[in-house]
Amino acid sequence: MTQTQQTQEKLERLVFDTLESFGAEPAEISREAGLKELDIDSLDMVELGQIIEEEYGVRLTGADFKETRTVGEAIDVIAARVL
Amino acid sequence: MTEQAVVTGFGAVTPLGVGARTLFDRWAQGEAAIEGGEGMCNDFEPSEHLSRKEIRRADRFAQLALAASEEAVRQAGWAESLPYDAERIGCVIGTGAGGLQSFESELDVLRDRGDHAVSPLSIPRIMPNAAAAVVAMRYGLKGECYGITSACASGTQAIGAGMRLLRLGVVDAVVVGGAEGRHTVFSRAAFKLMGATSQSGCARPFDRRRDGYVPGEGAGVLVLERRSSAEARGAEVLGEVVGYGACSDAYHLTSPEPGGRGATQAIRSALQDANVGGENIAYVNAHGTGTLLNDRTETIALKAALGPASMEVPVSSIKSAIGHLQGAAGAVEAIATLIALRSGIAPPTLGLEEPDEGLDLNYVPLVQQALRDPTAGARIGLSNSFGFGGHNAVVVMKAP
Repeated sequence: MTQTQQTQEKLERLVFDTLESFGAEPAEISREAGLKELDIDSLDMVELGQIIEEEYGVRLTGADFKETRTVGEAIDVIAARVL
Repeated sequence: MTEQAVVTGFGAVTPLGVGARTLFDRWAQGEAAIEGGEGMCNDFEPSEHLSRKEIRRADRFAQLALAASEEAVRQAGWAESLPYDAERIGCVIGTGAGGLQSFESELDVLRDRGDHAVSPLSIPRIMPNAAAAVVAMRYGLKGECYGITSACASGTQAIGAGMRLLRLGVVDAVVVGGAEGRHTVFSRAAFKLMGATSQSGCARPFDRRRDGYVPGEGAGVLVLERRSSAEARGAEVLGEVVGYGACSDAYHLTSPEPGGRGATQAIRSALQDANVGGENIAYVNAHGTGTLLNDRTETIALKAALGPASMEVPVSSIKSAIGHLQGAAGAVEAIATLIALRSGIAPPTLGLEEPDEGLDLNYVPLVQQALRDPTAGARIGLSNSFGFGGHNAVVVMKAP
């Protein structure tokens, strides 16, 4: 496994765990899952950005997730900045 | 004819435990839940009552309100589905400080880590209307919904506001109550400097040695419905809010008017609203904070408003058992009043061993008493609340 793959996996785990802590059902969390379906809203996404900043030192705001519809898209937005 | 506001459910989370009946039974037995000069809801475990999402998005005061509402709504038989059009069900919940805990912790984040790190959930957790909002959201109550803030009169004014919504006919039912989270580092310091809280840490309402109130946390919620609607759906009527009166001292930010004028006015207007006289009152749940001024002015006011009957009616303070629940106090105490009326028991004022000079009512010292029962059948009682800012509010409750 390359270092990028490892980082990608770590990022995905962090996002999944964070969404679970926000109240999403663990069994329903996947890259394909819709944020709306998981009951994750724009306030949650701002907080997700803060958690990412804490971990990776990269600042993401609510605006960065404006077009994001699925968990996978959110991970891609973050990955584009941190990887 | 004015629609009657009947109670079909109530719930409470207090330092004496989760559940309104638990509160009453333990208090009636003379149990107190004051430790270290405060009354905390140590038996309340949020995860037993709230989803992870609700816990994360609600400050302590709103969490307590959700748990109390769960008990009240279930008792009313609403747990599965709402009995009326959701747009005709309101929600009014009072609080003194709102989400002060969240406010303080987010201020720390702001100072330590900068403005970009402050939680986007801060404001929705802090806002004093949050308890009303989260309760309405959980049950889908789509009628008029708001928070009420009038310090320690908030819970009582929420009941009064809900009763008026019913009487006006703009709702078929309304969930009302009050909620307050625990004291914070900041509020503890501030109340102490005001001289309002007890330095000894003892709650001794009406006693010669009383030295202030003991702060507490908790929530109380009642489900009110129009009598005609409740009876039509076959709901059990647990009691009725028969009168409400409120006014302002317009005198001082924290001290009650020395002659008790405002408190007297509130009690009189509540009695008038209920169309009953002092001689009809079987029980008074006093505001009874244990501050020097409150207990004196409340005694003067009860004598003035109830007349000769004031010397006989049992008057007791639940704050001696659980502390002063501030914005939740009025709601919790209205529930306790109703259970007292239903059971025929006046629970005791704990810690009252030596009444202060001039405090000569029957404060039910240390041991419960049977209620005075002037009207055979339905029993009627008062619950008083007086808040900083000079807010006076009184509800008249009636057992079936």
